Amino acid sequence: MIKVMIGNHAVSYGVMLSRVQVIPAYPITPQTSIVEELSEFCADGHLNARFIKVESEHSAMACCIGASAAGARTFTATSSQGLALMHEMLHWATGARLPIVMANVNRALGPPWNIWNDQTDSLSQRDTGWLQFYCESNQEVLDTVIQSFKISEEVLLPTMLVLDAFFLSHTAEAVDVPDAQDVDRYLPRYQARYRLDVDNPHSFGNLATPEYYQGFRNKIQDDMIRARTVAKKADEDFESIFHRSYGFTEAYQCEGADLILVTSGTVVSTSRIVIDELRKEGRKVGLLKIRMFRPFPFDDVIGALKDAKKVAVLDRAISFGHSGIFAQEIMSAMYNQPSKPLIYSYITGLGGLDVTPRIITDIINDACERDIPPQESIWIGGKS
Amino acid sequence: MIEIRFHGRGGQGAVIASKALAIAFFHEGKHVQAFPSFGVERRGAPVTAFTRVDDHPIRLRNFIYTPDHIIILDATLIASANVTEGLKKNGWILINTDAAPSKFRNLSKFRVATVDADSIAVEYKLGTPTSPIVNTAILGAFSKIAGIVSLDSVLEGIRDTVPSNKAGNASAAKEASLRVLT
Repeated sequence: MIKVMIGNHAVSYGVMLSRVQVIPAYPITPQTSIVEELSEFCADGHLNARFIKVESEHSAMACCIGASAAGARTFTATSSQGLALMHEMLHWATGARLPIVMANVNRALGPPWNIWNDQTDSLSQRDTGWLQFYCESNQEVLDTVIQSFKISEEVLLPTMLVLDAFFLSHTAEAVDVPDAQDVDRYLPRYQARYRLDVDNPHSFGNLATPEYYQGFRNKIQDDMIRARTVAKKADEDFESIFHRSYGFTEAYQCEGADLILVTSGTVVSTSRIVIDELRKEGRKVGLLKIRMFRPFPFDDVIGALKDAKKVAVLDRAISFGHSGIFAQEIMSAMYNQPSKPLIYSYITGLGGLDVTPRIITDIINDACERDIPPQESIWIGGKS
Repeated sequence: MIEIRFHGRGGQGAVIASKALAIAFFHEGKHVQAFPSFGVERRGAPVTAFTRVDDHPIRLRNFIYTPDHIIILDATLIASANVTEGLKKNGWILINTDAAPSKFRNLSKFRVATVDADSIAVEYKLGTPTSPIVNTAILGAFSKIAGIVSLDSVLEGIRDTVPSNKAGNASAAKEASLRVLT
């Protein structure tokens, strides 16, 4: 069934089709319509789940942790300050090895107060041990929700799928909603391998001495690495049933490209138009979309970028005192390669600043003209 | 690609209108995209919303700066905001007002149409007499003047998007399509 829907509702449909059992949630713009729609699904019987209203995002994640530990398929959604308030609990979900899935609608952090698109919220949670996927379209959003449960429940680590405020969350476009039976075939009912059970008592979350603690952390890293193999298979299996797949990255027009633009989220979509136009003019430029950010797709990134002369990374976030966060990751991935491009870091689109084809073209032209990348990121657009 | 920009005030239904219009075009086999430019969401504050239509999948994901047509749900916005900014030559400006198109002399280089959507909305009990919800009426008028989407498709879009009084909203759209002035 093809339906015109906003990105937030694409999340809600993905959650309904995944037959989630517990949804603890707290509202925040621009996420609210995800959980509003889910509360309707629960109220009208389309989804047989417990919808739990909580008093803060910290409690929402604490509630997810309890529900997931009890063996329920669990989902929540948040944004910006709400995600920041969850921070402590995000680490806990990972350490407790709980396959919680959360949608985060990328929104700027205040002050100054701002409700618009910015990736600082999710990128600030980079080191919490959650898998992260950045989506380009509402279809990809819906499909990634379903894939996320499949991956998380296999590796026992939580997943955050990320969508742009307003440019996806409140943008209506056509979405092919999969049949429930097909989704059931892809994602059977969740059977927790370990769960709170009064008839079979175990101890959860108790103290670990240093040598054991490091062992536990090492296992998390091992399973994060294994998540690459699991996510690849989850994407392939998805394609065999639904005829759509996304990969960890997507190299667009990268063949023979001297300069490759690297970016994520909806800017990828607009950048495709710019790359097509510049290719028509005979310019050797390409585009690399980063969809999976954790675990980082080293092989895909290195494979796509190693033969380029220059790489321009467009970041919708800044690590103050360093540079764009995606740019840092790309630089570190390429550092030990025998042949590697010059890597330029660009900052734009913060707090919802509209990233137009003009801005993207300016970034590509700027990187072409500069011989050496400056140490500092280059800021494009905005007023001071 | 056809790009349409809506200017309204919070509570008039501009955001729903942009989606209903997108669904209308979707019913005619087009690729569509509809989205709002939210500011501070409150009743009476200026709201801008956008609809894109194309024969191909729409990859452009930023605001609309050079619209083909403009739909104004509150005529007082003409004085306070630059609502015609970027409008293409031969584009329609459709205004919710009880005045005739000839009254808008400063807009004479564009094609101007007017419809008294406030009265029509009140007649069909959409919103309240002091804050009528005019989005569905204005879409009926747009279908008539622009000639790029049928009234039947607009009615489909309205049925898919309005949360209540679907019959009243559909009737308002039909009525407006008959009463629009060019």
